[in-house]
Amino acid sequence: MSPSTHELQSGLIAPRGIWWRPAGRQERTWIIIAFCWCLVLFAMMPFWHIKGGQNPTGMRSRVKPEAFMERTLRFVEEYKVDEVNGIPVVAPPPGADVYLLAQMWSWYPALRLQEGVSYTFHLSALDVNHGFSLYPANLNIQVIPGYDYGLKITPNKPGEYRIVCNEFCGIGHHNMLGSIVVEPARVADARPEGGLR
Amino acid sequence: MSVEAFPLSNLFGWRGRARTCPVTGLVVNRESERLVRWNGVVAIVFLLLGTIAALLLALTRWQAVHLLAPIWFYRILTLHGMNMLIFFILFFEMAILYFAGPVMLGSRQPAPKTAWTGFVLMLAGALMTNATILAGRADVLFTSYVPLKAHPLFYLGIILFAVGALIAVILFFAALVIARREKSYEGSMPLVTFGALTAAIIAVITLLHGAAIYIPTFLWSIGIGEVDPQVYRMVWWGLGHSSQQINVAAMVSVWYLLGALTVGAVVVNQKISRWAFVLYVLFISMASAHHLLVDPGLGPAWKIWNTSYAMYLAVLASMIHGFTVPAGVEMGMRLRGFVRGSFEWLRRAPWSDPGFSGFWLSLVIFGFMGGITGVTQGTEQINIIVHNTLRVPGHFHVTVVGGTALSFMALTYYLIPLVYRRRVRFWRLAKWQPFLFAAGIVLLSMSMTFAGSFGVPRRHADITFPQAPFTLEFPPVVDLLMAGIGIGGSLAALAVLMFVAIAVGSVFFGRPLDLANLKPGEVGVPQGVLRLPPQTYPAESSERAHGVGTPGTVILVFVFLAVFILYYFTNWKILSMIWKMG
Repeated sequence: MSPSTHELQSGLIAPRGIWWRPAGRQERTWIIIAFCWCLVLFAMMPFWHIKGGQNPTGMRSRVKPEAFMERTLRFVEEYKVDEVNGIPVVAPPPGADVYLLAQMWSWYPALRLQEGVSYTFHLSALDVNHGFSLYPANLNIQVIPGYDYGLKITPNKPGEYRIVCNEFCGIGHHNMLGSIVVEPARVADARPEGGLR
Repeated sequence: MSVEAFPLSNLFGWRGRARTCPVTGLVVNRESERLVRWNGVVAIVFLLLGTIAALLLALTRWQAVHLLAPIWFYRILTLHGMNMLIFFILFFEMAILYFAGPVMLGSRQPAPKTAWTGFVLMLAGALMTNATILAGRADVLFTSYVPLKAHPLFYLGIILFAVGALIAVILFFAALVIARREKSYEGSMPLVTFGALTAAIIAVITLLHGAAIYIPTFLWSIGIGEVDPQVYRMVWWGLGHSSQQINVAAMVSVWYLLGALTVGAVVVNQKISRWAFVLYVLFISMASAHHLLVDPGLGPAWKIWNTSYAMYLAVLASMIHGFTVPAGVEMGMRLRGFVRGSFEWLRRAPWSDPGFSGFWLSLVIFGFMGGITGVTQGTEQINIIVHNTLRVPGHFHVTVVGGTALSFMALTYYLIPLVYRRRVRFWRLAKWQPFLFAAGIVLLSMSMTFAGSFGVPRRHADITFPQAPFTLEFPPVVDLLMAGIGIGGSLAALAVLMFVAIAVGSVFFGRPLDLANLKPGEVGVPQGVLRLPPQTYPAESSERAHGVGTPGTVILVFVFLAVFILYYFTNWKILSMIWKMG
């Protein structure tokens, strides 16, 4: 089939008469394929919400910075096990709510978690925007003052992790580093609460 | 010459203040031409400023060099973002609007005094903001997320600039109305003007978002009212991302323009190309969501719907242009006799013409690298492994820099002879400039993208974390990638310095050019100006061309699609391996 007859012109020329003709065969085929691909791109996101393990949904609520600070201090008091460089190290039990506070220019507190166990992380900031960037897992979340981002997070590999701040937060931004240690599942099993079975 | 001259109506006596371009047949009024010239020149000055900043930044993130102290790194980063993404690019786009409106339609310039007022406002605003940054009173980066606070003059400068830009955009609309009413052209407006019109409409949307966020923020900075940090991010990105979509629409228009001037590219189907531009207007301002995918204030339904521009209809638009632009080049070249095989039209293209090479490199870099990385990173969940890492600047340096800025440079090589009526100086250098720039920016972007996939943060003064309470050492390959950023950035900066020398040298010190008496083979004049390719073809050869179609372009777009699919699903695979989160 041949497309309709009309004069070909460059994009500099004002077309006259009836120029709204149907697309040629090759153009039409490409548009259909491109549109199908766009639908795949779109469908992948709801699909991942159903089948995938990584979604930024979470529980989202507003919170006053002072209130979040208070909750974090209570969390630290309850589960503190150690201290490193003046920062408390906190080892919450499996399934616990974990409070992590960002402020210029530190992450508070340091965490000790167990492999393969879920925690509900609560992230917020005291002053300005910060960025939670877990190294080397490369998991990145925006932290905004006035908002509590509650995300269910499950460490899948033991090791020493760092929290890089990856949202500019002032002159000390590049020194803002936190710590998460993930203990292997076996060590975790050997703990007393594992022995109750 | 087979150019169909634009209709020479002489209705209101302003013809005395216009000239007819002997090359293109366009009727150019002097007032619009002066506006094109001055907006162009000022754009290039801001480009120079932004480039000096870029060089300093590249040499700081190259960890082995690490040039700037942290405070100056953040200050220069603020300067770089502002001058490149706002001042340079918008001044150049104002030049494009004055060109695509009154010049291309052969109309008069509406309200020239108001136009110059807009120009002065933009200039004053840009100077005010730059001075505030350099005085150290606005170390808040380009995005100035509240509650980080800058000096009020920083915000006020941006507001003045935006008001000036809005004036120019409104005058562009006015020019369209005048041209139609005074019948300075017949039929429908040319595709290039239509594309510029969509850019102008997106500019209005963008500038309204800008007003909605910068005015409250300015008031907050002088102590009036509050601005919510999450609301700020959402509305600010209505400005920040949409302004990049002005660039996309303007760049695609420039592709059609340069295709026509350099190789006689035709519009394969007017309806399809115009619909694709309309899709930009309808959907593209939803892209604010790209920056909020891992934010606490918004739910998944909102994120999915907005980040995908309502089921990727703006991406569809780009994929359509990604076909129609090369197809237009192929069909035009085939009509001119380059018919052998699938790719004779591309092999025999005028590669030594920087207007063509810059255009084609911009198309390839934007499509293959910018488009693919952008769609992938803007996927709700994939953004978890992308947000605020170096993958983000890795993406936008191949859209707005390797794409838009390069196409604008390529266009400049044609504006110099056609609008400034000068020979291009340092012509031998000019032939190489687009290639050097493309190589530098591709190296820069790929280094950023790979470094980002190791979690290296963007906007970071020192990834050795010298005074942090803990230690973090990135793997050695990251050092190599950071060197790639330093070297790629320096090469690209060098190429821009070459460009600035060529442009400024030509405009202010170039030999005047008599377009009516061009001799074949003249040095410093692009081949499309020496001999403009045919711009319109009779019905019979057009029908034959449609029958042959564009086999080369079909191959290119399917290679593109294969790369796209591979890159996209590789990212899902990588995502599936990280910690579970929900």
